[in-house]
Amino acid sequence: MNDMTPSKGCRDVPVLKERGQREVFCGLTGIIWLHRKMQDAFFLVVGSRTCAHLLQSAAGVMIFAEPRFGTAILEEKDLAGLADAHEELDREVARLLSRRPDIKQLFLVGSCPSEVIKLDLSRAAERLSQVHFPDVRVLNYSGSGIETTFTQGEDAALAAMVPVLETSDERQLLVVGALPDVIEDQALGLLEEIGVTPVRVLPAKRALDEHGVGENTVFALTQPFLGDTHAALERRGARHIAAPFPFGEHGTTAWLKAIAAEFGIDESVVDRVTEAPRARARKAIATQAAELQGKSVFFFPDSQLEIPLARFLTNECGMSAVEIGTPFLHQTLVGPDLDLIAKGPVISEGQDVDLQLDRALDARPDITVCGLGLANPLEAHGLTTKWAIELVFTPVHFYEQAGDLAGLFSRPLRRKELLKGMPNRLEAAE
Amino acid sequence: MKLTVWTYEGPPHIGAMRVATGMKGLHYVLHAPQGDTYADLLFTMIERRDHRPPVSYTTFQARDLGSDTADLFKQSCRDAYERFKPEAIIVGASCTAELIQDDPGGLAETMGLPIPVIPLELPSYQRKENFGCDETFFQLVRALAKPIERTQRISCNILGPTGLGFRHRDDVQELTALLYDLGIEVNVVAPMGATPTGLTRLGAAHFNVLLYPETAEAAARYLERECGQPYTKTVPIGVGATRDFIAEVAKLTGITPEVDESRLRLPWWSKSVDSTYLTGKRVFIFGDGTHVRAATRVAREEMGFEVVGIGCYNREMARDIRGLAKEIGVEALITDDYLEVEQTIEALAPEMILGTQMERHIGKRLGIPCAVISAPVHVQDFPARYSPQVGFEGANVLFDTWIHPLVMGLEEHLLAMFREDFEFHDAAGPSHHGGHAPKAIHADEPVVEQTPAAANDDNVIWLAPAEKELKKIPFFVRGKAKRNTEKYAAERGVHEISVDTLYEAKAHYAR
Repeated sequence: MNDMTPSKGCRDVPVLKERGQREVFCGLTGIIWLHRKMQDAFFLVVGSRTCAHLLQSAAGVMIFAEPRFGTAILEEKDLAGLADAHEELDREVARLLSRRPDIKQLFLVGSCPSEVIKLDLSRAAERLSQVHFPDVRVLNYSGSGIETTFTQGEDAALAAMVPVLETSDERQLLVVGALPDVIEDQALGLLEEIGVTPVRVLPAKRALDEHGVGENTVFALTQPFLGDTHAALERRGARHIAAPFPFGEHGTTAWLKAIAAEFGIDESVVDRVTEAPRARARKAIATQAAELQGKSVFFFPDSQLEIPLARFLTNECGMSAVEIGTPFLHQTLVGPDLDLIAKGPVISEGQDVDLQLDRALDARPDITVCGLGLANPLEAHGLTTKWAIELVFTPVHFYEQAGDLAGLFSRPLRRKELLKGMPNRLEAAE
Repeated sequence: MKLTVWTYEGPPHIGAMRVATGMKGLHYVLHAPQGDTYADLLFTMIERRDHRPPVSYTTFQARDLGSDTADLFKQSCRDAYERFKPEAIIVGASCTAELIQDDPGGLAETMGLPIPVIPLELPSYQRKENFGCDETFFQLVRALAKPIERTQRISCNILGPTGLGFRHRDDVQELTALLYDLGIEVNVVAPMGATPTGLTRLGAAHFNVLLYPETAEAAARYLERECGQPYTKTVPIGVGATRDFIAEVAKLTGITPEVDESRLRLPWWSKSVDSTYLTGKRVFIFGDGTHVRAATRVAREEMGFEVVGIGCYNREMARDIRGLAKEIGVEALITDDYLEVEQTIEALAPEMILGTQMERHIGKRLGIPCAVISAPVHVQDFPARYSPQVGFEGANVLFDTWIHPLVMGLEEHLLAMFREDFEFHDAAGPSHHGGHAPKAIHADEPVVEQTPAAANDDNVIWLAPAEKELKKIPFFVRGKAKRNTEKYAAERGVHEISVDTLYEAKAHYAR
């Protein structure tokens, strides 16, 4: 079940690296959840109509809730001469900030078009920071598709924040990754009960709540896609606590124990504190995962959550993995999870979507985890799918969500069972 | 630069995708960076298509920039041809690829593929989605349609329906049936459902029905010039427009129309006394030019509304809509900025809005009933049921759709009579809509338990931390969580609900 011996794991398995057509989101999509998490931030994409259209399509209905993001759409005249692009940007930013005085942090988000024409947004950010000092801090990162995939957008945003954090010599734990508020509170509650103190979070809800970072800071990641943020924190002298990611009962416990060890707290303390929530998580998983026992799963690359989630499904829900595809494999971060996945599945990085579809249709897994561009077409081929984006937008970390997490995967199977009296008649759109 | 949150139209390559996805046997090779594949889910999710759009993206990344991208494009063309064996390929660039200047057309031409390869010039920084549809379809028709012998019996083509079109699926069905009633066969429907080979047969029709000017006007004009085919100018949405369309077709073909109106119900529904309260209702209409023009006529002549303002977001139709506005004595609003639309609606304070998904939300914010008449629309406007806009059944659909959001006649009178009524006031909304129940006690009001009552079996108190935890649960499931937890506690004789109790209950009811 939960075999801790690394030799059996997948860490040293050769990775299938593919290049070809990729069916993934770009990093701009990170804005959709980041702007909710950071309550005084505005995300201004400098890009094309395509960027605006993407955000609109991905944000669905949220677009109408006066979101704190927008796109400065490049026009012909911006492309003709770069000199005035900066003036244009200054004007739009000034208008935006006068309309929204509650904004304290402004992110200028690079896109494919702005990167290709080499529009220097970092310089613009510096200049605008001076103009709007001290009311607003202006930062820059790139969420372009040519550089980032889906959740890497959050990584780029957080990595841009690290250099401007104050310096602090305090011995502290920094918990890194944007989590739903309810999850963040649970995590902080558990750490407090174990006796880890003080604990800070990145990103903070507001710029004012930020704490410094320095040589005595240790940090734990709650998300596997934070490679650049990890590197930026290490450059500030902070040290990373390697651990499996806190998905499911085992993942959460291992994550907490790694942190406890760093703070010299005995395992028995963690065991005592987590006894009740662990029992709850086990019970909830058992209820939800009955349908998952013995079933196979195939992951298309999407968010880099694939490896920790495959670890959860194979170790805690009795599934077997056929292929675990990830857009980018950061060995240092997901190594502890790879160690816990039994040999067998293909681990793939990158994508040639047509070849991967051939493999999936050939293997006919019980559940295929994939993006929304592929889900309905695969369902039409008779495969059962779980669309992957929901795993980023739904609270799934830590003990109390372990049952919900398993439920996200078992629900499509249950639904298939319920509807088995209705064979497909494919006429969705002619 | 222009700051934008909401856009009525996507970029022009989305229009090209709509043409390619509507057709069969055509493949689109799009030079585009990784991430631009998001567009696939418009088709697989909103339109619920059961197959991937026939589009290959080069999905270049930063490391490919430089000479690599041209090779990548050629490789994508080769792979697409080998894998899908399409009858023809269209090639083009998205906004980013337009900047790196690889010339997809030129590259594809040198490859010597044994099928027609049609290059598209879609200026991403000037034009939008509808132009992309129109231009792509025009280039396809120009490359593939030639004058050929006419069909023996009178036939026409239906031009304009695409993938992701508002009610295009059912409009085609309704129109085909109507033409059949008139004794006219449909030769080719295009782009939707057509193949490149099918497009070579376009010239055989006697005339064209231009169903949606936004997406096919350039092709219709071309066919008029090259194949001598006249095309219809009236879009048959609404009763009057449908009758005019029939008259127009009669004139083009010399037939004497015999029309079956036995299933047309709008006129009687609209005349019946129940509808009297609709008279003079002030309506604002916004959307694409074609649907706005049609809706304006239906609203004024067939429903008895007063149209207080009209507008469109596609500047290709600006002149037409300005002319119409002048005719009916209102201001025309030509804009693609939803904030301007919102300001106009606020200023006009109409009793009803006919618009797009965006106006639906503006209506929601301002508390004004709204019905959707035009793209862009969300998934609920790609319905499972038959619901055309054109023809006589379309007219029936329009009546039902527009009436539904309104408060009904008698209720409206009672509202006026009992304006101060405690459960029956303006803010309560129409009684046939949900979401207007009398407000429950606000969940955010702290329940202060100064001295907890003596616990007995039906008395459970929430400890403050548990109460706080409960408030973190999304409001739409909070009530259920509260009930479940209390039930769980009561069943176990627990009198104080702690955070643990809350989560124990959650685990217990994990389904």
